[in-house]
Amino acid sequence: MTDLAPSLTRRALAHASLVVGGVLTLLLLLAAALSLVWTPWPVYELDIPNKLQLPSTAHWFGTDSLGRDVLSELLAGARTSIIVGVIAVGIGVILGTALGLLAAARRGWLEELVMRFSDFAFAFPAILSAIMLSALLGPGIVTSIVAIGIFNVPIFARLTRAQAKAVWAREFTLAARAAGKGSFRITLEHVLPNILSVIVVQSTIQFATAILAEAALSYLGLGTQPPQPSWGRMLNEAQLQLLQAPRLAIFPGLAIALSVLGLNLLGDGLRDLLDPRLARRR
Amino acid sequence: MALLDVENLVVRLPTARGMAAAVRGASFSLDRGERLGLVGESGSGKSMTALALLGLLPEGAELAGSIRFDGRELVGLPEDELCRFRGDRIGMVFQEPMTALNPLHTVGRQVAEPLRLHRGFSASAAREAAVALLDRVGIPDAAWRAASFPHQLSGGQRQRAIIAMALACGPDLLIADEPTTALDVTLQRQILDRLVELCEESGMALLLISHDLGVVAETTRRMLVMYGGSIMESGPTAAMLRRLAHPYSQGLIGARPRLGAQRGVRLSTIPGSAPALAEIPVGCPFAERCRLAIDECKAALPAQEIVGPDHVARCIRLDAAGARP
Amino acid sequence: MPYFLLKRAATFLATLVAASILIFLVLEILPGNPARVILGPDAPESAVEALAHKLGADRPPLDRYLDWIGGLLEGDLGTSYAYGTPVGEIVGERLAVSLPLAILAMALTAALALSAGVFAAARHDTAGDFGVMALSQLGIAVPSFWLAILLILFFAVELRWVSAGGFPGWSAGFWTAIKALILPAVALAAVQAAILARITRSAVLEVSREDFVRTARAKGLSKGKTLRRHVLRNAMIPIVTVMGLQFANLIAGAIVVENVFYLPGLGRLMFQSIANRDIAVIRDVVMLLAGMVVLVNFAVDLLYAAIDPRLRAEDA
Repeated sequence: MTDLAPSLTRRALAHASLVVGGVLTLLLLLAAALSLVWTPWPVYELDIPNKLQLPSTAHWFGTDSLGRDVLSELLAGARTSIIVGVIAVGIGVILGTALGLLAAARRGWLEELVMRFSDFAFAFPAILSAIMLSALLGPGIVTSIVAIGIFNVPIFARLTRAQAKAVWAREFTLAARAAGKGSFRITLEHVLPNILSVIVVQSTIQFATAILAEAALSYLGLGTQPPQPSWGRMLNEAQLQLLQAPRLAIFPGLAIALSVLGLNLLGDGLRDLLDPRLARRR
Repeated sequence: MALLDVENLVVRLPTARGMAAAVRGASFSLDRGERLGLVGESGSGKSMTALALLGLLPEGAELAGSIRFDGRELVGLPEDELCRFRGDRIGMVFQEPMTALNPLHTVGRQVAEPLRLHRGFSASAAREAAVALLDRVGIPDAAWRAASFPHQLSGGQRQRAIIAMALACGPDLLIADEPTTALDVTLQRQILDRLVELCEESGMALLLISHDLGVVAETTRRMLVMYGGSIMESGPTAAMLRRLAHPYSQGLIGARPRLGAQRGVRLSTIPGSAPALAEIPVGCPFAERCRLAIDECKAALPAQEIVGPDHVARCIRLDAAGARP
Repeated sequence: MPYFLLKRAATFLATLVAASILIFLVLEILPGNPARVILGPDAPESAVEALAHKLGADRPPLDRYLDWIGGLLEGDLGTSYAYGTPVGEIVGERLAVSLPLAILAMALTAALALSAGVFAAARHDTAGDFGVMALSQLGIAVPSFWLAILLILFFAVELRWVSAGGFPGWSAGFWTAIKALILPAVALAAVQAAILARITRSAVLEVSREDFVRTARAKGLSKGKTLRRHVLRNAMIPIVTVMGLQFANLIAGAIVVENVFYLPGLGRLMFQSIANRDIAVIRDVVMLLAGMVVLVNFAVDLLYAAIDPRLRAEDA
């Protein structure tokens, strides 16, 4: 009856998470962009005599067990994370959204099929499918991209279907149908634009999940292969030096955690901004 | 001494534009066994008044004024003491029969819950009491219905179960907020009649809240008309129905569909809509929509004017409204 | 049996069959001759043919699939190429580590998440709520295997309370064995608990706004009693759903975390088998894990019916 105001703290928090998330995400993007044109040291260059060095002015974060500059590896690792994240989430968004839109527009057995496929896909977490794929394709960055991408498809399919169904239930789609427009045109003109913001928010959050999954796969040796830099593999290598150089296990982990935190906060903040109705219900 | 004595009740709610008063200085009283109606549109503050009586205002709401129940001041009473009044001395029936029951518990368990809580009934005694209560409010086959879940009952049966629940401890006062709005007219009639009978049997007082002047007219002895958080008119139901004094009350009765009205006769409506909380003006809250409004109306909230025995209205244009004979 | 459960049981069986077909296709058919996969591209043709015959891989695919499924149903999982022992035995040994780990982690997750989530919901929009939410946001961002490494650094390297990894076996005594599982379980549970705490909080908040909660308060129930008697059980429906889905994440996470702690569980077995190209083991373990995920989600459906009487109706 009375619309109670979302409390001041909550509104301030939505704002704060947007800003903090935005800044962290920007840092991730900048690090990746920077690594394309410049790193303090060549990423692939081994320097065994200078291995396991403590942080210094020459090597800000020290060197690893093969004498590589940790900061340079971290910067280049950001690039790997973003490449895997963008392509994998892209696969999920394109295939998942298409399936979801189709299910909502066509209903009937097609919708049932898409939903059962989504249920089924949930039985295979990204790592399980990556293990199967690496048995098929061999380990590598492509394997992890495909595995994470497949994992994302049902997530976007379900979300899109639910959102699209809600749009289909609104009057303006009925009006469009009455005007003789086909379901394909209505989907493009009315449904998709109305659910776009939800998909953008979910993509941000899935991007974070993809970074986590890429790191886990690379840590296991199923993902990015040497010499290509990856935060997950840096952690794997650091674990062998845990007693001599525990710091090596700190930096890549922090890089992953901050990137994921940033993207999640950005996603939450965007959701509050784009869909205040949803935000209040949380 | 009156059973319930409300004086200068003020309820403020947090809104997007700061605190706004939903109830602004309402005063009324209710004797034992009396039936009082509270009429108003949604947003008039009538539901907030009911929630204030129970101490169940939404989080962040502010409450001022005085609510004396059976001689005890309820405003400022600690939560655990308020809990002892609720469901025991004061019963409450809410509007939505579809959602006011917990879907996961049996109807009987919910109906008897106040008895277990306030009277320490054992599980088996509570079960028997629930069946008796359901029978009392007119649910057929009560024993079987007590073991059913809410989704297995019809809307009318659910509303009866909710009334049974409110009656469980034999309260002195029953507050019913739109108890029959969601039901069809025949059911409405039956449930209201049963409510009146129950009040007369047990000497229970009733505060009936409704937007429907007809429902209130057929059930209560006295009534209050609320608008914009203020009580605009109050008096004996019969006298008020003969001659509604306030232009707003007159508008309300004009907006009511009548059975047997001539076809083709248009329902009159009150132009405009009720003001949003934060926008309620300083003067008469109805001035914006009133056909008789003059500049003076917007200066200050009008004082109560006597228009008949025990019948008062807050309006400075009563003569223009034809309120006095 | 209610229609709802009948439908779910059918879905459950269909999902298992579909999963087995997919696994068989990906692992047995798509890579080509399994003997060639095992022996590598440089092996002589005669050796490949001999192994293919020994493995039965020269027979038609449908026969091989039916053999595999028949074996699974009879409890005969085939023979490991690398170990030369029945896969059933190896998996059984590993399961004795992975299953207790998963149960311990799930219990930790539920205990942590439910208390934190209810705490935050009860203190909605206060510093306590904010603290729990911020902590959970952090928990979601920290990769479980990194947390595992940090736990090793702190509790094994610095404090020397526990060993840095390995598993003494259940024969070493119950508590000794459990002690080796605690850090892995904490590493696994932290992330899942962070997610579940948020779900719990919003579920409790959502249910708290229902009309029947107001009814309960009008009966004279205090806030605490209303929460315990009316809100929690209703809030369990979304919470249980998410817990079912989380079980899949937990199994996936266990594969990684077992590798951090050198625990001889299914996750490590899977890795060794990939390195050994031991297709029979990979196939059976993937099937087992997928089967467990599907089974848990079926169990969640049964739980729904136990929680919600509306689903027990014959016609619902």
